[in-house]
Amino acid sequence: MPHAMLRVHDVTIRLGGREVLCGVSLDVRPGELVALVGPNGAGKTTLLSAIAGDLEPSAGTILLDDVDVAGWRPHRAARHRAVLPQEHHLAFGFPAVEVVRMGRTPWVGTDREDDDEVVVAEAMARTDTVALAPRLFPTLSGGEKARVAFARVLAQQTALILLDEPTAALDLRHQDQVLAEAHRLSRIPAAGGASHAVVAVVHDLTIAAAYADRICVLAGGRLVADGPPGDVLTPELVEHVYDHPVDVFEHRGRLVVLPHRSHAAAPTGSAESPAPHHPIGHQEPPWICTP
Amino acid sequence: MTVDQTRVAPARLAPGLTLRRGSAIGSVRRTGPRAVALFVGLSVALVVMVVISAGRGQVDIPPAQVLGSIFHRVGLPWGHLPTQPYGDATLWDVRFPRIGMGLLVGGALAAAGALMQGVFGNPLAEPGVVGVSSGAAFAAAIVIVFDLGFLGTWTTPAFAFVGGLITTLVVYLLSRAGGRTEVVTLVLTGIAVNAVCGAGLAFMIFLADSSARDQIVFWQLGSLNGSRWVYTAVVSPFVLAGLVGAFWLSRRLDVLALGDRTARHVGIDVERLRLAVIVLVALLTAAAVSFAGMIGFVGLVVPHLIRMTVGPGHRVLVPASALGGALLLTCADLVARTAVSTADLPIGMLTSLVGGPFFFWLLRRSRRSAGGWA
Repeated sequence: MPHAMLRVHDVTIRLGGREVLCGVSLDVRPGELVALVGPNGAGKTTLLSAIAGDLEPSAGTILLDDVDVAGWRPHRAARHRAVLPQEHHLAFGFPAVEVVRMGRTPWVGTDREDDDEVVVAEAMARTDTVALAPRLFPTLSGGEKARVAFARVLAQQTALILLDEPTAALDLRHQDQVLAEAHRLSRIPAAGGASHAVVAVVHDLTIAAAYADRICVLAGGRLVADGPPGDVLTPELVEHVYDHPVDVFEHRGRLVVLPHRSHAAAPTGSAESPAPHHPIGHQEPPWICTP
Repeated sequence: MTVDQTRVAPARLAPGLTLRRGSAIGSVRRTGPRAVALFVGLSVALVVMVVISAGRGQVDIPPAQVLGSIFHRVGLPWGHLPTQPYGDATLWDVRFPRIGMGLLVGGALAAAGALMQGVFGNPLAEPGVVGVSSGAAFAAAIVIVFDLGFLGTWTTPAFAFVGGLITTLVVYLLSRAGGRTEVVTLVLTGIAVNAVCGAGLAFMIFLADSSARDQIVFWQLGSLNGSRWVYTAVVSPFVLAGLVGAFWLSRRLDVLALGDRTARHVGIDVERLRLAVIVLVALLTAAAVSFAGMIGFVGLVVPHLIRMTVGPGHRVLVPASALGGALLLTCADLVARTAVSTADLPIGMLTSLVGGPFFFWLLRRSRRSAGGWA
């Protein structure tokens, strides 16, 4: 098993006096696509920000290639990890292609600067944004902005890629395309020799199950499950964490997580009434593994 | 494993991906022919305006003789010297220092505006609007009122620099929230800072004797009248340092448009960059304010027009703004000197007359495009 690229060790983060993350430990190895899932406010984005070096843990350490990220200069960190944020704001009307080129900033003045044009072109081709190249970024739609931002992340060519809800604004074709690209990267070597690793916050459990090698479930600031999709995404766990009843079944060999639409009208011709809503809430479930 | 040390094989397009020549990506080049045309156009216009402006005034000198005088100065026996009595002296003792000061001040103000807009991520930021100019003017007024001169001719610009630096830092600290500067916050902060500096300036006027009072009032109006070679010699290193620094930071300023956090993710040390830009803005504003007083809106109008022609990339925007600012102030000063015979209008009045409505139009437009006062 390859050496871990990213080690999150017993990380606690307090924001405004509240513990947003609490004793989270997690290793990510080259060649892995890890999906972070969990309900709103579970601490997914906070964990991703801490890994990116935006937030300093109140306790615990985050090692990237065996070095604590807290002490990294931005310039150095940018050669090791790229980050796709949730929101895509641009102060001035740069064309989309310029935004992708900004992803090449960490390599200015190195040998790799020579590859800029090819890397930018490939990143845009892989995200289906070539046609958007001359258009001004602020005039793009939400989904188009997200894809151009993803192209910028690809152009940065780092071994670790952090994606915060990469599929949120996308139509179903592009959702699939983005995660397929993330999955492809996790299978090919990065510039350093070892494979890429991808950590992505994903809301859609079905798409997470389809592409992720591992699913890490966060709830209430704790890591409550970590493992292959088939092991983690059990109806019991998902119902408990999201406080909502679901069905989990296989369809064409893939896991599908389907929430009960309790407020939708009952389908016509179905004798079955919607399953009653049973909050499992209070009893301590057996799968909490943090000591 | 560190990526930095690894020599990476040249990237190639993966199979199945084709890139046609002249595709959408290829057609959007960094510095297009538009930028080249802009630089050539601005430079030519600037030379023409300088020659025309130098010839106009109480003693009219035809452009050919202005050129002749310049050629003779540099040792080329081309053209004719001015035929008017004292024509040559008028050019070299009065008009050229004044025009030179106009070029420096215009270039400094426009570049400072472009820098400030980049660092605030807000097209409405400008030294005059946010109060940096009045901060510098207040500090310079102290020099006049208390007749300070321990640094010789350099005393005024040094004080103006410190005053400008303090106000820029204050505006920056007060108007930022969550890594961004909202339009409303910025403009309101500008009002507050302008009010405080205005009060300081008023107090200085109250303390001053009548000659110092005249000097301060002249300043608030802004004028290039009374420019001398000594002053341009003091101002030019400030402007030069400011422009070189601005150009050096320009690529990083582009990336700052992504927002603080994302800029950091692609390797920009945002805090350090911002501090460097604030020092440059203070340097340029101080250079402009020290001898010419408060000339508003140049830093707002010029970068905006340049952005409309060639886009927001700072590698073109900063130098083009400096050229455009120099051109604008040369034209404005020509009007100030010649619009009313026997009178020298304050140039700050003229730029504000044009800049005020322009600012309002920008405000309306940005409100519409941002869908509210965002």
